[in-house]
Amino acid sequence: MSLDDISIKVADLHSIGSLDALLNEIASHLTRFIATGETAMIDLKSLPFSPAEYESLRTALGRGEVSARLETIGDSELYETHYSGVWWVTHYNVEGDVIADLIEIAEVPAILHSQPEDVRDGLERLQHTLSQTK
Amino acid sequence: MKEHETLEQRLHEQGVSRRSFLKFCAAMATMMALPPGSATAIAAALAKVKRPSVIWLSFQECTGCTESLTRSHSPTLESMIFDMVSLDYHHTLQAASGFAAEQAREDAMKEFNGKYLLLVDGSIPLKDGGVYSTIAGRTNLDLLEEAAKGAAAIVAVGSCAAFGGIPNANPNPTGAVAVSDIIKDKPIINISGCPPIPAVITGVLAHYLTFGALPALDNLGRPKAFYGETIHDRCYRRPMYEQGKFAKTFDDEGARNGWCLYELGCKGPTTHNACATTKWNGGTGFPIEAGHGCIGCSEPKFWDAGSFYAPLPAPAADVTTVAKAAVIAGAVAAVVAGAIDRGKKTKAQQSREKLTVDDLKGE
Ligand code: SF4
Repeated sequence: MSLDDISIKVADLHSIGSLDALLNEIASHLTRFIATGETAMIDLKSLPFSPAEYESLRTALGRGEVSARLETIGDSELYETHYSGVWWVTHYNVEGDVIADLIEIAEVPAILHSQPEDVRDGLERLQHTLSQTK
Repeated sequence: MKEHETLEQRLHEQGVSRRSFLKFCAAMATMMALPPGSATAIAAALAKVKRPSVIWLSFQECTGCTESLTRSHSPTLESMIFDMVSLDYHHTLQAASGFAAEQAREDAMKEFNGKYLLLVDGSIPLKDGGVYSTIAGRTNLDLLEEAAKGAAAIVAVGSCAAFGGIPNANPNPTGAVAVSDIIKDKPIINISGCPPIPAVITGVLAHYLTFGALPALDNLGRPKAFYGETIHDRCYRRPMYEQGKFAKTFDDEGARNGWCLYELGCKGPTTHNACATTKWNGGTGFPIEAGHGCIGCSEPKFWDAGSFYAPLPAPAADVTTVAKAAVIAGAVAAVVAGAIDRGKKTKAQQSREKLTVDDLKGE
């Protein structure tokens, strides 16, 4: 008997209802974002999704035009979904495990912005380099 | 031993960027079951805290709890243990041994008297003068009582320390008891589970660091954010339960179709823990996702609660109407709000104001 002899059936759990609930939640956040500019985040790890529902969510949101990658304490993947202003942000640790999985409703995910502290540090380093080459 | 520096200083020295720190805080927010937007507030609070001294005592245990923690995700292990706290004594993990190790424990107790966190895994045997488990010739009881005196709070890690666990199971040959059976005058937080979910261990430590206080506890001393609901409340097979679709054996058509494991002995309806959402092995899954019912390891006396494969006596009486409505009607708010204890966070989110750590306090 080989592994192929064990039949595998993907469970169809699409109709559970949590997916629709989440899409409605995203729609209401988007409405508010358009009206007031207020951003929002949804923690996907707090939702009781079946693996099939999670995949359905990926399909439902699709992929849009922009994607970005952070390389810091493990990778992070960020992309705009098929719906502009709705971003999927997944943070990994160095071992590649998901440590945070978020839907962010914003112009740009907050973590992509340069941080003032880092900018100041950068300037210091640049000035230091310049002073050495004088 | 010098006074511990702040986390911000330490991270800056190591060349960790602010952006990395924010990413780390986003992971912490997820871990503590706080609203994801609170990462900035957490960052502001964490940046200022001094790394507390932690003493970890391992008593009558299998080291599974330490295994669980050291197999947890990397920001939790590397940053939590090595950056966020100063682990001054842990006899399995520390490099020092023998007299030097015991000296480190005594130094930390003296230096940080009244301020250190005491973590305990394993139960404490009391029979025959406690001879069944000793470290450096001293009984667990003796060591616990001594270390508890100067502790700010005690964290009982795992079902053995929290409730007595397996050593305490019938016939309990060593007279094993829980930490709370011995120590009565210190705040004790129970992180039960055999082993407990690593993210819950670190989430509680993170909460203590962020808020300077222990999180809200249930009647068994467990943090509500993680133990506020049952496995059954958050189980992805719950719709099957509601529809009366039950697997009858582990290899029938129902089992293959992912039906509810209630009749195969699942203890999900009476077990409070976060496995269904936090999951195990880097978020891969949890027992029910692997086709086995919950065995109830985070509840007191779980080993003596009858067969793991016998169905619970009656349909769960503690089904919360909220969770039921959420699953059946797909009610947006209830599904997205997460644990019951999230009500307050949701309020903070809805008030549309910038979150600060004070808003999050008392979670
Ligand atoms: S009885 Fe067990 S498998 Fe069934 S829904 Fe409840 S927790 Fe899930």
